[in-house]
Amino acid sequence: MLKPLSQLRRGETATIESFNDLSLSLKLLEMGCTPGETVTLVRTAPAGDPIAIEVSDYILSLRLQEASTVMVKIIQGN
Amino acid sequence: MSTKKNILKIALIGNPNAGKSSLFNALTGLNQQIGNFPGVTVDKKVGTFQLQDGTTAKVLDLPGTYSLFPKSMDEEVAVKVLCNSTHEDFPDVTVVIADSTNLKRSLFLCTQVIDLKIPVVLVLNMVDLAETNKINIDANKLSELLGVPVVCMNAREAKGIDELKIALQKKVSASAQNIVEIDKLESRVIQDIGNALQANCMFASFIVANNLHNITYYNHNEEKKEEIKKILEINNTSAQKLQALESIERYRQLTTIIAQTVSRIKIVDSFSNKLDNVFTHKIWGYAIFLLLMFIVFQAIFTFAEIPMAFIENTFAQFSSWLAGILPKGIATDLLVNGVLAGLSGIVIFVPQIALLFAFIAILEDTGYMARVSFIMDKIMRRYGLNGRSIIPLISGVACAVPAIMGARTIGNYKERLLTIFVTPLMSCSARLPVYTLLISLVVPSKLMFGIFNMQGLLLMALYLIGFLAAIGTAFIFKFFLKAKEKSYFIMEMPVYRAPRWKNVGLTIIEKVKVFLFDSGKIILAISVVLWFLASFSPSNKFAEIEKEYALKIDNAAQQNNKIEADSLQNILASKKLEYSYAGIMGKAIEPAIKPIGFDWKIGISLVTSFAAREVFVGTMATIYSVGENNDDIKSVREKMNEAKNPDTGEKSYTLAVAVSLMLFYAFAMQCMSTIAVVYRETKSWKIPLFQFIYMGALAYMASYVAFQLLK
Repeated sequence: MLKPLSQLRRGETATIESFNDLSLSLKLLEMGCTPGETVTLVRTAPAGDPIAIEVSDYILSLRLQEASTVMVKIIQGN
Repeated sequence: MSTKKNILKIALIGNPNAGKSSLFNALTGLNQQIGNFPGVTVDKKVGTFQLQDGTTAKVLDLPGTYSLFPKSMDEEVAVKVLCNSTHEDFPDVTVVIADSTNLKRSLFLCTQVIDLKIPVVLVLNMVDLAETNKINIDANKLSELLGVPVVCMNAREAKGIDELKIALQKKVSASAQNIVEIDKLESRVIQDIGNALQANCMFASFIVANNLHNITYYNHNEEKKEEIKKILEINNTSAQKLQALESIERYRQLTTIIAQTVSRIKIVDSFSNKLDNVFTHKIWGYAIFLLLMFIVFQAIFTFAEIPMAFIENTFAQFSSWLAGILPKGIATDLLVNGVLAGLSGIVIFVPQIALLFAFIAILEDTGYMARVSFIMDKIMRRYGLNGRSIIPLISGVACAVPAIMGARTIGNYKERLLTIFVTPLMSCSARLPVYTLLISLVVPSKLMFGIFNMQGLLLMALYLIGFLAAIGTAFIFKFFLKAKEKSYFIMEMPVYRAPRWKNVGLTIIEKVKVFLFDSGKIILAISVVLWFLASFSPSNKFAEIEKEYALKIDNAAQQNNKIEADSLQNILASKKLEYSYAGIMGKAIEPAIKPIGFDWKIGISLVTSFAAREVFVGTMATIYSVGENNDDIKSVREKMNEAKNPDTGEKSYTLAVAVSLMLFYAFAMQCMSTIAVVYRETKSWKIPLFQFIYMGALAYMASYVAFQLLK
């Protein structure tokens, strides 16, 4: 089942499926968030936003609104 | 490949946090210069070093970027230089520095540069860190697959520098490989674009086509722009779609390259993770940040005072020594009270700048700054600011000059501009003497509710007002400021590392140099103008006054009445100031400042304290003939307390006037050094001028309301 990256819970791992925002996707692509890549939500900021994900062996932080444009498929719960 | 004087032109490029500045520093040491890229606010860092065969190498440090698809003005610079072979900075060879622990993402940029068909040397940095993380990289295989020389390095410990120099000494040619066969992606479109633009190679044309709005940078005209647009339209595609295709294809190629060259046992960096648990914790995270900010604040507020006092004393002693040995006259006066006073006013900022940048460099270098952004983003975003804005804002309470320079760490242009714009509204330490004098003049030192000192409360209120004005202004202006760049927060959280002290030291030297030479000359020019305004009168009024008082002073001296002679000297100084250009200006603006409760005496102080706000106290001392060398605030206060309004016969400094004056100093841009620094950091007079007008208007309105309500 597809859901936005912003709804991932801490510790959950998912694969990137598609993007909803073309111009934002360009930035995410060059940072290594390519379709098929696995991402894990490692932490959220105290206010719940932004979030930090592990992708291709490093930690990337992004805002919830930005994460909501990335559709993912959960492969492993926490 | 070398230019006529046998200089090897090198461009250095890499991802942020890949160790680019370490490498630049290790190669060039102190042989660094900072200039400008024409038309943008990006600093151009160039350094030189010698190769073993005696060739001089000139390295250009390009701003850190993740790709050749620029998203900020900083990143555009790299594209402008590398895609245009006629550019004056177009390199003979490009050194791409890659983070070995993050090789795939680093190679994204590296292979883009390779595909531009320019000679590349790839530096694998942090190989030691990769080894401890059980990552093994087959450098030879990588070199073979990419078609470029590969050097393993640990830039922090300057390991591999010699190997890099040797690699640069050999003639490096462009790789024969294309990592992404760009014309096979959307062959018809790309080929049409390539034919239209005729850049160095197909990939360069592609990159240029992706920067249509900037097409003029590449010596192409509006016609070409239209042509490209038409090609994209006909083929029912867009530059963005092509870019997405390219990125996906490039990562696909990189996955196969990585599979052949890197073997690893996946290990999560538990140390960084544990630190993050603390530093981004909802309580500890903020507590630690507040503590750190407190230390930074203490340092620039208190510790800096010792070297600042030393600088002030040294200049004062040197000035009086010089005044003693040189013949009396305009030239000496200009040198001592104009030039030396100006220089002193410039050098005085050095300790604060050095201290703030020592902290900023450490916070950036260790990776902590990214965490500050992470925990502050939600709060600061609301005001159009960036998580990193908090550091300039808080440092602004000590002094806006280093704080504004510190706004450089903010990547997004709009957020950086907003931060620069509002930082001078924070109540800086130069306002403190003004506040202290005025508060003690009109507010009794009484306790309120038994615990709060009323003077202290008012002082705190003034600091609070400054802070509210700053974030309020940011909140309003974020709607008006047009952003050329999109604000986003897609940011790498680098692993924690120990600070590199050499980098910290070089950062301090760089910032101090930039301030002294770029902002310094503006400050010096303004202080000479201010000296002129306070030291000259239009007619020969000065001569008349001097003649009149010389006689009186002589008489007093003959009667051995030193007190009388001194007091006459002070009155003479006061009269001279009154009839100087500054005095005339003060009187001229009196009608304008009367509605906010100021007389011409305050008017003069407004003019002179443009040099620095605390000059207000000194000018008041001169006007009220307390003697300019007498820094005793008490005697100034007494004189001001006794001053009567000639119209009403009542006290000149009522509560209404004092509050109005304090608000004026809280808001108005009464600081030439800040103006000079804003000019330096935005590279245009537009922002400092607008800031001056905006803050002046804000000050006037606040003072007007306060004065009319309280009088």
